[in-house]
Amino acid sequence: MSRTAEVDLNVVDWLNNVIAEHGSTPSALIPVLQEVQKKHNYLPEELLTYIATALNLSPATVYGVATFYAQFSLDPKGKYIIKVCDGTACHVRGSLPIYEAIRKRVKLVDGKATTDDGLFSVETVSCLGACGLAPVITINDQVYGQVTPEAIDLIIDVLEKREGM
Amino acid sequence: MIRNLEQLLAVKEKYNKAMKKQTSSLLLCAGTGCMANGAEQVYNALKDELAKRDVLVTVDYLLEDGCGGITTTTTGCHGFCEMGPLVRVEPTGTLYVKVKPEDAAEIVEATVNNQVVERLLYRHPNTGEVYQRESEIPFYKYQTRVALANCGEINPEDIRNYIAHDGYQGLEKALRLSPQEVVQMINDSNLRGRGGGGFPAGRKWAIAAAQESDKKYIICNGDEGDPGAFMDRSVMEGDPHRIIEAMAIAGYAIGADEGYIYVRAEYPLAVQRLRTAIKQAQEYGLLGKDIFGSGFNFELKIKEGAGAFVCGEESALIASIEGERGMPRPKPPFPAVSGLWDKPTIINNVETLANVPEIIRKGVDWFKSIGAVKSPGTKTFALTGEVANTGLIEVPMGTTMRHVVFEIGGGVRQNKKFKAVQIGGPSGGCLVEEHFDLPLDFDSLQAAGAMVGSGGLVVMDENTCIVEIARFFMNFTQNESCGKCVLCREGTRRMLEILQKIVEGRGTEEDLDLLEEIGESVQIGSLCGLGKTAPNPVLTTLKYFREEYLAHVVEKRCPAGVCQALKRITIVADLCKGCSRCARVCPVGAIEGEIKNPFVINQEKCIKCGACIESCKFNAIVEVS
Repeated sequence: MSRTAEVDLNVVDWLNNVIAEHGSTPSALIPVLQEVQKKHNYLPEELLTYIATALNLSPATVYGVATFYAQFSLDPKGKYIIKVCDGTACHVRGSLPIYEAIRKRVKLVDGKATTDDGLFSVETVSCLGACGLAPVITINDQVYGQVTPEAIDLIIDVLEKREGM
Repeated sequence: MIRNLEQLLAVKEKYNKAMKKQTSSLLLCAGTGCMANGAEQVYNALKDELAKRDVLVTVDYLLEDGCGGITTTTTGCHGFCEMGPLVRVEPTGTLYVKVKPEDAAEIVEATVNNQVVERLLYRHPNTGEVYQRESEIPFYKYQTRVALANCGEINPEDIRNYIAHDGYQGLEKALRLSPQEVVQMINDSNLRGRGGGGFPAGRKWAIAAAQESDKKYIICNGDEGDPGAFMDRSVMEGDPHRIIEAMAIAGYAIGADEGYIYVRAEYPLAVQRLRTAIKQAQEYGLLGKDIFGSGFNFELKIKEGAGAFVCGEESALIASIEGERGMPRPKPPFPAVSGLWDKPTIINNVETLANVPEIIRKGVDWFKSIGAVKSPGTKTFALTGEVANTGLIEVPMGTTMRHVVFEIGGGVRQNKKFKAVQIGGPSGGCLVEEHFDLPLDFDSLQAAGAMVGSGGLVVMDENTCIVEIARFFMNFTQNESCGKCVLCREGTRRMLEILQKIVEGRGTEEDLDLLEEIGESVQIGSLCGLGKTAPNPVLTTLKYFREEYLAHVVEKRCPAGVCQALKRITIVADLCKGCSRCARVCPVGAIEGEIKNPFVINQEKCIKCGACIESCKFNAIVEVS
């Protein structure tokens, strides 16, 4: 138990620094949440209450903002976050078959977004702005253009090999 | 530190003089598109090859009395994303497309010997013609670049390069005029908002300038959320100093000393380049206190969006900067009167601002000589979808769609049949063949039921199902509706349900009337642009493609063969040998027949799983739409 407490204190220290950097005003809320999201890949619930107190906001306000924006997630995400662009250009050039191919390849079923081993998260995004390369996916911000269902296999193979699978 | 025009021009002269001393330069596109295709590796390979031959020089070397050699620079987006990574050789203007790292040696060798690598030149996909110079390629030849003038020409991470292209001269000139004169110039130029609505920028500025307040703000709206549009990203990535200069001019004009650039979270490269640019501008004294010795102070901050389409709406964007959920507020009061933290605020789109420095520097008459009478200037369009040349283009307002799609875009991919162009993203509408000669400007498009929007142009061919596209856009707006207005929140949901029903083959003719009725209600009953325009894609497609909707609801048929649920699987009697293999694999027992006679699929029972198609050894089972 002592070990968990230690880790939490480190997180709190880090969070205090982040808040100090952005100022403890309501307008700092989104930048602070962005930093937490970046560090943890999601927004742990206990940190949200802490942030609310620090910024002098109600937990409901923080929760409201955290659930409003697509960038924030309240559930932990996988090590590799695969975003499939489903903007108009990608959609017209077949982004949904790509999405299905990825889900099938990493064995995601029943509407789940993250694999049980916590390795892959698969989601669609509205537009990545690389329409000239449609269809586009990103894996942890690395952009892959003009992908095909066959290319998906190769890309995932490489990632799995890297993870020793 | 630059304190006056003389010092600014000195930086320009020195830079240009230094650049003239080199024999050639290789300009490599480092926009998001080309980077995704490996531009960085190409850049490193080019540098290695140049170094190997001992011809590589840097800008700094040339600036310090060095002479000769070849430079290589990464620039912003050249626009021709389909063909990336792109390398342009100056001064000849030769353009190499789809360059790979292993091509570097050949390119360097040819450049040193004044030759051309034929195999890397652009070949028109539909005509097969080969072009050497970038300026000769139809994609570039018919463009007029104002907002994008520097994109692909300069290194966005070097302020000197921007100054060498007459950068910051507009700001210097503006600071010698009175704020009223600057507002008057923008007003006279009739520069209209490029973010969608087409509201005159000068009028916005004039309202904000007239307010008495201790604090005012300038916001640059870089929350480019329209799926299928990326012009703002290209400007922010390729020419960030232009935005900074424009915002400082706007700040001076209305009396603001602080500005925010609101950038979409999905554009990390734009954020990084803007940060670098702001830092350089501060170092050169072009941001900060007492700019050009005029007494005018101006500071800029970057705000990263958190992923909400509705934040492109100005009052929602303000709410988001203030740390709240991005929900629109009722207008009036307009932000120009009471905006960020209740202070007068002007919000201009990236592309609108990109026009400002040149209007000030070159004058109102120059700007008005381009484009249409009521919509002067140029407009950028992101040309995507089933078109031969995808990419980012800029044309004078009022250019016809035929010109854009067929001359610049090179026509439909693989010479397929043109069906429609979706313009303006989820707020826009569909244009069809009868609109080919319609001038693309704010008023003409509005009259046709579409809108310029941010300028996304998605070309669709005969294999695109128009009903499915309408469903796609409705799914997007329904997702992005912030939930404040009942008609937008509930109306878009109901419309999506109906469209879902239609593509699944459960629609009726009455559904089409209902779609129109709800659509019109949503337009009337919504506070902001998102809701007011959300039904546009459905309403315009219902108008121009009613036949296709009817095919879905009456005949239960998808003419484009896209809607899975409307596909039918049948057995071609002539090819069927009656082996019964398919009947045995069918999971629902939908296939019946007698051995050695053609089998038949019972359409009522069939679940369209396709197992029979895979099992047939005689290719006798096919999917028809």
